[in-house]
Amino acid sequence: MKFKQVTLDNGLEVIAEVNPNAFSQSLGYFVKTGSRDETLDIAGVSHFLEHMVFKGTPRRTSVDVNRELDDLGSQSNAYTSEEQTVYYMSVLPENQNPALDLLTDMMRPSLRDEDFQTEKQVILEEIAMYDDQPPYGAMERAMEEFFGEHPLSTRVLGTKESVSALSAEAMRQYHSDRYAPNNLVLVASGAVDFDALVMEVDKRTNHWEACPLERSLNKPLTVSKQIHMIHPPATQQYTLEFSPGPGYMDPDRYVSRVLATILGDDSGSRLFWDLVDKGLADSAVCYTYEFQDCGVFGLYLAGAPEQQQENWELIQSIVSQSDSHPITERELELAQNKIAAGILLAAERPSNRLFSVGGSWLSSQRYETAAEVSEHYRGVSLEEVQKAFERLKHRTAVRVSVGPDTAA
Amino acid sequence: MQQLVYQHTLPNGLTILGEPMPWLESVAFTLMFPGGTAREPHDRIGLAGMTLELSQRGSGRWSSREVVEELDFLGVDRSSSVSSFYTSISMSAMARVLDTTFEVAAAMVREPHFPEDELEEVRQSALLELSSIEDDPAQKCFVELKRSRFAEPFGRSSLGTVSGIESVSHADCVAFHHSHAKPQGAVLSIAGRFDWQDFLKLVDRYLGSWSGGPARDLGAVEPRIATVHIPHDSQQTHIALAYDSVAYAHPEYYRGRGVVGILSDGMSSRLFTEVREKRGLVYAISASSHSLKNCGSVLCYAGTTSGRAQETLDVTIETIRSISNGIDLGELSRLKSRARTALVMEQESSASRSSQLAYDWVTLGRTTSRQEVLAEIEQLTSESLIEHFHNHPPKRWTLVTIGPEPLEFQDEI
Repeated sequence: MKFKQVTLDNGLEVIAEVNPNAFSQSLGYFVKTGSRDETLDIAGVSHFLEHMVFKGTPRRTSVDVNRELDDLGSQSNAYTSEEQTVYYMSVLPENQNPALDLLTDMMRPSLRDEDFQTEKQVILEEIAMYDDQPPYGAMERAMEEFFGEHPLSTRVLGTKESVSALSAEAMRQYHSDRYAPNNLVLVASGAVDFDALVMEVDKRTNHWEACPLERSLNKPLTVSKQIHMIHPPATQQYTLEFSPGPGYMDPDRYVSRVLATILGDDSGSRLFWDLVDKGLADSAVCYTYEFQDCGVFGLYLAGAPEQQQENWELIQSIVSQSDSHPITERELELAQNKIAAGILLAAERPSNRLFSVGGSWLSSQRYETAAEVSEHYRGVSLEEVQKAFERLKHRTAVRVSVGPDTAA
Repeated sequence: MQQLVYQHTLPNGLTILGEPMPWLESVAFTLMFPGGTAREPHDRIGLAGMTLELSQRGSGRWSSREVVEELDFLGVDRSSSVSSFYTSISMSAMARVLDTTFEVAAAMVREPHFPEDELEEVRQSALLELSSIEDDPAQKCFVELKRSRFAEPFGRSSLGTVSGIESVSHADCVAFHHSHAKPQGAVLSIAGRFDWQDFLKLVDRYLGSWSGGPARDLGAVEPRIATVHIPHDSQQTHIALAYDSVAYAHPEYYRGRGVVGILSDGMSSRLFTEVREKRGLVYAISASSHSLKNCGSVLCYAGTTSGRAQETLDVTIETIRSISNGIDLGELSRLKSRARTALVMEQESSASRSSQLAYDWVTLGRTTSRQEVLAEIEQLTSESLIEHFHNHPPKRWTLVTIGPEPLEFQDEI
């Protein structure tokens, strides 16, 4: 396993975790753009653009793009989050060049009007699909309320209204602003010929021009709020709570994730034993989200509406027990083992490594092996995790609940 | 592509399969025994799932909590599930912890404590899980599709029914486990980093004295023609469709699977192109091959806002039928290319190889090699796929929709 990194003259970074013994390679363009880089009038443009990238380039029609992706036998896809848009393919090593050619060409899409109108319908279907799933709506609302005026409050999918109103011209402008080479990282993992990769990508992109880009970074204001939403067809009640947590650059994030695992992993945690194992709730978990400048510590509860209030009180009491029920050495060890094993097992596939290596580079310009990442979790001390637990008692939180009635 | 698969049968009838993948650090095993939903008493639907859950709440030298703690301590990724004919337990972990991990799994099968005071908790969990699919109409659509198409007892969902779950007693769970968790008809597969001889000794130590079986044969599965609409106050209408195809054990399976591949594998597939790319009707559309013993089906799903649901259904069916108009060489070559790549990449995952070995064994009575699958795929031609489609045309359709309005569907119904 060897890490390689080169920055081309136009600012495009190329990084790879090379494993010559792998059976496959994965390639991806990680674009440092997402919903947090949008203004409200173009909310959803990053994600819509991600779809449009598959709709053809000056050299390829949309049919050509899809056919070539399949011709290469690739497992390919794309996703958009608050902070990044990622296009990736996993292929056999002999297909490195054609895969790179296709993926690189796709970064300069045609964005034709007709395709834009057709694909808009697909995006509206995707929004409708999530609108029918009550916990998803609660999550979007919690993001909006928690982040308030902060750019992370923008919905990744946008809204029916913002997407309907979006013009192809606004998307072209956004693309030309955000897909400059200095805002892109080409990431590779597995059986990669790195020198050839760099040579080929340089040849294909040396005419791309860098442009100054920025992302406003700041911590959101902390707010305390409780929202009840009604979704008449819902059967279960869903409650989410967001409170401030460490961001990606904060070393405390390892502590926070260990704490979330001890308190609320989906198996073997305190919430699991007291709620899920006892058959009181369908789901009761803690989790963390990390962004560049800030983070979220989340609680989630799903269950029967009539039981929600009592379950929620139980969760509140469990996460407030730092004095009466401090974290034990045993709990810490089990959580660390579980997290570390999960990282190492996933790392066997180059396609999984692509996201870890690329995500880390995009957020922090740092490369770490899977073993090094797992060591961060193993390095968390009992004192640190206990302190984080104590801080939870004083958290300021946004809570959103959705269900068939306002009972909870 | 060289591949070695070991096979051994214990005197008690348990089949053991092993595929060494020494380039990995992990190891994964799957244990399948004939404890599926089709074996539940008709008034205890949900029993198989509840029995599996209760069997994991303490076994051998571990209490309920200790089982979870031991597996977390070892860093084991695990899953267990119930299908129509089998119950399966799968675990994967780093190779160095194989022995204890396997001991835990074997204890779940051989020495479950079945704590009587936890039955009510298991029941409440099962009822909550069953109710949760009401908020996931796409998943519910498939549960209803299988229920309508495969009927009793084959169409049962592992989630059970409210009345079934409410009727299950502690004695039912104990009896169900003791009648079905038997070595004859069971298979244990392992893949990844392990030593075959050491593994056989390990299995002999914990499962050598296991006895019993074989499971009763449940007869053939006959699919049903049906159209079902479930009214739901949603923006989208969820459409699940099924029609006849060939099962995994059928000599022409790879032709049938090839036709499904032309329809649905990849972004250039026909359904994706016609329904999503050209018309923008859906976000999600797919078709897949499904086998229930002798009964092969193609299952399709599409989700779309209600005003466009009829058009989506019509275009989907028209696209399926368009296979008879021909398959071009490009489509065939993309199908083969994707299959070849997938065969190479499966060598990167011990968990997927171990579950495939077990599935092949219970479905075909043997394992299949990559070379064999590759040869089947390379043999496919446009002519052979079209001929297959003519000989096995889509028929005996089952349609389930969930949404505001039912759809018109004429075919054979």
